[in-house]
Amino acid sequence: MELRRARSGLNATQLKHTFDRRSFVVGTMMGGIGVLLAARMSYLSIAENEKYQTEAESNRVNLTLIPPRRGWILDRNGAPLASNRADFRVDVIPERMRNPEQTIDQLAELIELEPDRIADIKSEIKRSRGFQPIEVANGLDYDQFAAISVRLPDLPGVVPQRGFSRFYPTGPSVGHLIGYVGAASAEEYELDRNPLLITPGYKIGKDGVEKQFEQTLRGVPGARRVEVTASGRIVRDLETREDIQGDAVRLTIDGPLQDYAARRIGLESGSVVVMDCLTGDLLCMASMPSFDPNSFSDGIGSIEYAMLRDDERVPLRNKVLKGLYPPGSTVKPMVSMALLKEGIDPEETVFCGGGLRVGNRVFRCWNRRGHGQVNMAKGIYQSCDVYYYHMAQRVGMDPIAAMNRRCGLGEEFPLPVTSQFYGTVPDPEWKLNKFGREWQAFDTVNATIGQGYMLANPLQLAVSAARLATGRHVMPRLTLDTQPKGFDEVDFPEDHVAYVRQAMSDVVNGPGTAGRGRLPFDDILMAGKTGTAQVVSLSKSDGKSGPWRYRDHGLFTFFAPFDNPRYAGAVVIEHGGGSGSAYPIARDVMTFLFDPAEGMQRLRALEEQWGGNAQERLAAKYAAYAEARGETVVPPPRRDEEIFDQVEAEARDAAAQSEEIADEAVTPRPEAAPSGAPRPNPVEQILSGGETT
Amino acid sequence: MNGLIPEPIARQPWAMLIPLFLLVGFGAAVLFSAAGGSMEPFASSHLLRFAVFLVMGSVIASLPMNFVKFMTYPAYVAVLLLLLAVELVGAIGGGSQRWLNLGPIVLQPSELMKPVVVLALARFFATLPAGMVGQWQSLVLPGALIAMPMVLVLAQPDLGTSLAIAFGGAVVMLLAGLPLRWFMIGGGVAAIAAPLAYFFGLEEYQQRRVTTFLDPESDPLGAGYHITQSKIAIGSGGISGKGFNQGSQSHLQYLPEPHTDFVFATMAEEWGLLGGLFVLIIFALILRWGWGVAIAAQDRFARLAAGGLVATIFFYIAINLMMVMGLAPVVGIPLPWMSHGGSSMLTNMICIGGLMMVNRWNRETPRRGLT
Repeated sequence: MELRRARSGLNATQLKHTFDRRSFVVGTMMGGIGVLLAARMSYLSIAENEKYQTEAESNRVNLTLIPPRRGWILDRNGAPLASNRADFRVDVIPERMRNPEQTIDQLAELIELEPDRIADIKSEIKRSRGFQPIEVANGLDYDQFAAISVRLPDLPGVVPQRGFSRFYPTGPSVGHLIGYVGAASAEEYELDRNPLLITPGYKIGKDGVEKQFEQTLRGVPGARRVEVTASGRIVRDLETREDIQGDAVRLTIDGPLQDYAARRIGLESGSVVVMDCLTGDLLCMASMPSFDPNSFSDGIGSIEYAMLRDDERVPLRNKVLKGLYPPGSTVKPMVSMALLKEGIDPEETVFCGGGLRVGNRVFRCWNRRGHGQVNMAKGIYQSCDVYYYHMAQRVGMDPIAAMNRRCGLGEEFPLPVTSQFYGTVPDPEWKLNKFGREWQAFDTVNATIGQGYMLANPLQLAVSAARLATGRHVMPRLTLDTQPKGFDEVDFPEDHVAYVRQAMSDVVNGPGTAGRGRLPFDDILMAGKTGTAQVVSLSKSDGKSGPWRYRDHGLFTFFAPFDNPRYAGAVVIEHGGGSGSAYPIARDVMTFLFDPAEGMQRLRALEEQWGGNAQERLAAKYAAYAEARGETVVPPPRRDEEIFDQVEAEARDAAAQSEEIADEAVTPRPEAAPSGAPRPNPVEQILSGGETT
Repeated sequence: MNGLIPEPIARQPWAMLIPLFLLVGFGAAVLFSAAGGSMEPFASSHLLRFAVFLVMGSVIASLPMNFVKFMTYPAYVAVLLLLLAVELVGAIGGGSQRWLNLGPIVLQPSELMKPVVVLALARFFATLPAGMVGQWQSLVLPGALIAMPMVLVLAQPDLGTSLAIAFGGAVVMLLAGLPLRWFMIGGGVAAIAAPLAYFFGLEEYQQRRVTTFLDPESDPLGAGYHITQSKIAIGSGGISGKGFNQGSQSHLQYLPEPHTDFVFATMAEEWGLLGGLFVLIIFALILRWGWGVAIAAQDRFARLAAGGLVATIFFYIAINLMMVMGLAPVVGIPLPWMSHGGSSMLTNMICIGGLMMVNRWNRETPRRGLT
């Protein structure tokens, strides 16, 4: 031991010194770490205290917004067109879910979801932005709600709650008018960074009135502050503030009439607009077939969407505002007004031999055998084309186009609607601008019978009827809190109005083209004008049979009572095969307006043939479709806006259909009354004031 | 004082014991709160364990030096065999585990290894001739003594405990007087080996802990969750805390492991900076007493053993506190005398018992002059 010590120069004493030295250093380092820890602790609890206190508080307290109850949408009499129903619902917030697939499967088992719904939800979760809640189901019963609630700790990201869902009592009848509600899309949230928009269960208006009056209907959300554990279990309620329901919107719509009109359209595809001539109130804007806003508000299902999308009768298009049709002969009263304004004597007659030669071309009247001597009244009630060809050549296109516009064609009305197509009133300048071609004689011929480039929507036709009937520049309104407009503006002189009213009455009650359109009342006579609009050339289809989309549109504009107009409107039936498809609907709608019991009786008989009312038929159709196509449906677009864009693009496309034959003179087809000959009905002749020839 | 208090009581190391009792009592209070305001299940068993292990510590404290010196190597071999047994049981049972089920007692041999490796190294350097310190023999054998248990513990896998073993061993080697440049070279090798170990030696969950320590915000809901929530708990406590039983982080289960690894955060939330400083001061008092014992020891074995035991306790404290304050990655190391858990209480009470034992030896062999 001694030897080794000598060699290395170390001994026990030196080792003891080393120990003392090093233990001092190690102890000092330990003390240093202790000081470091104390400093770190002070930093966390003093300098960063506020930050961490906030974080602890936001951990502890969970603020949930209580979605406000949406304001009701009421009809003119205060009956709800859209209301709220209390229900239990469940949503998921994808970013809080640990295993979305598994959680959804678990949920699906608890509340017995359909397989296609499960697939829809899963794909929605995959596409979602994470923070947006996705609706799994609503309308749950209490047991299902309770079953989910007790399993919440195992179901992260699942939000069951008591809430309200939107309810549209008349379903499809108000679909296009009222629109529907749905969870806000990511884009909508980006525009309006309101936390309410990503609150589970909150839905915003997506279309129609629901969208237009979103801010009014929205209300003020309530809030609930709860203390929660890390796993999301609620420990206790801290504070709750009740929501404030949104304000109601009161429309001018007459709910029962709207429903009636929608149902009366039946199996056809078309629209009915009825206005109040004294106020401009829109009483009814029915567009059918439609979607059921109740089921749209639960989220648009794949099968449902595919069914509506594949339907050639375009249930997704609001035909009142976005259906553009050649107005056909319904422009003739307007043209007559133009002629009267240009000083044409209404009693002046034109001989109709079934056609009119202009230059070296012959333009045909719909009545190949001719109408004989035709004055203006007969021109209207017999819808004689030759009379108008002749007179239009005399006054030229410009006064006619001006009058059409005065009556509302081509006009965009200041209404709270998401969009409206305003159509075309062609004139020489328009044609030169659009096509770079000169206005031709046949263009005038086409325009005077509402064909060619001329396009109007049913709302415009209804307004034109109201303006012709009253002589005032009636403006339509949709909400009761707006002022009636246009009644101080006189469009037409009294005597012109009286003349046209009488002639239009004769269309229905006299020797006109809509003899079966008489109202079943002795004291109320409806006046109107039929129209048949061709969409393809005569060589392609006879307009009444063959492929549906080649058939003629049926149109009818009307007002009643004819001598003191109270209501005016328009019915347009797409590809209905002529005006015969339109005016019986107008007749029944007006019947209902004056005598609801009588109107309903007629409708019930019809619905029996059709297989139920609109809602029932839609449900049956859905079931059949789901059965047949369930496996192979295309999912709906991610954003509702895409649906709207698609529908709109198709609507424009459809409106262009009749333009294809505008390059030629349209050869009109026989009008609604089978032979075109006046019906020998002495009573009608007496009632109509003997103005017939 | 002499007249009032009987000698057997008066001679106890009260400078350490009083702070220790305060700490354990405070720990019980925190555990009471962590259990949602109840003695069960943490606080009562915490106190019971402390009482039992205090008795065990007293027994250790009364052991004679020769017996301890005689038993050191056999004890080392025995614990090493137990560690091997854990490995075997784990391999047979088809899964890794860290403990042995011995009837009613669940034994975690890696905990025992921490004080035992310190004693074994102290024994080695005490018998190594002074002249050989600094030669290769003084590195190889101690290296093997540390490496064998480390490898077995790492295989469990338990990174925290194997580092604790290494730390205790390394401190004994440092105190034994090995050349400083060896530690510098060792430090350099570790700096190079760390990345290698990170990529090839660590389990995936351990790697994640390291990466999230470096950037806890990178994964606030995943692996960084522990650190983030712990910092929230400590920071939100402020100077005086939210009050006893008022901690929302622990009571609403945002804080993971509020009664074991993150007990300090649980405490800091309710008692604030004042509570934190109280705990730090108590640890400082205990460790300072331990150093005093080590320096006062006349025997080289006693000196090195005491220093190693202090270092082992310190390692627990430092790593745990650095972890809960976001200064170290999450390694499963509990806080001595505060965290709920039998193994850590056992280890720390063995260390304290060992220090009390050295303290007694110091008292019984009065300071001699130079030998």
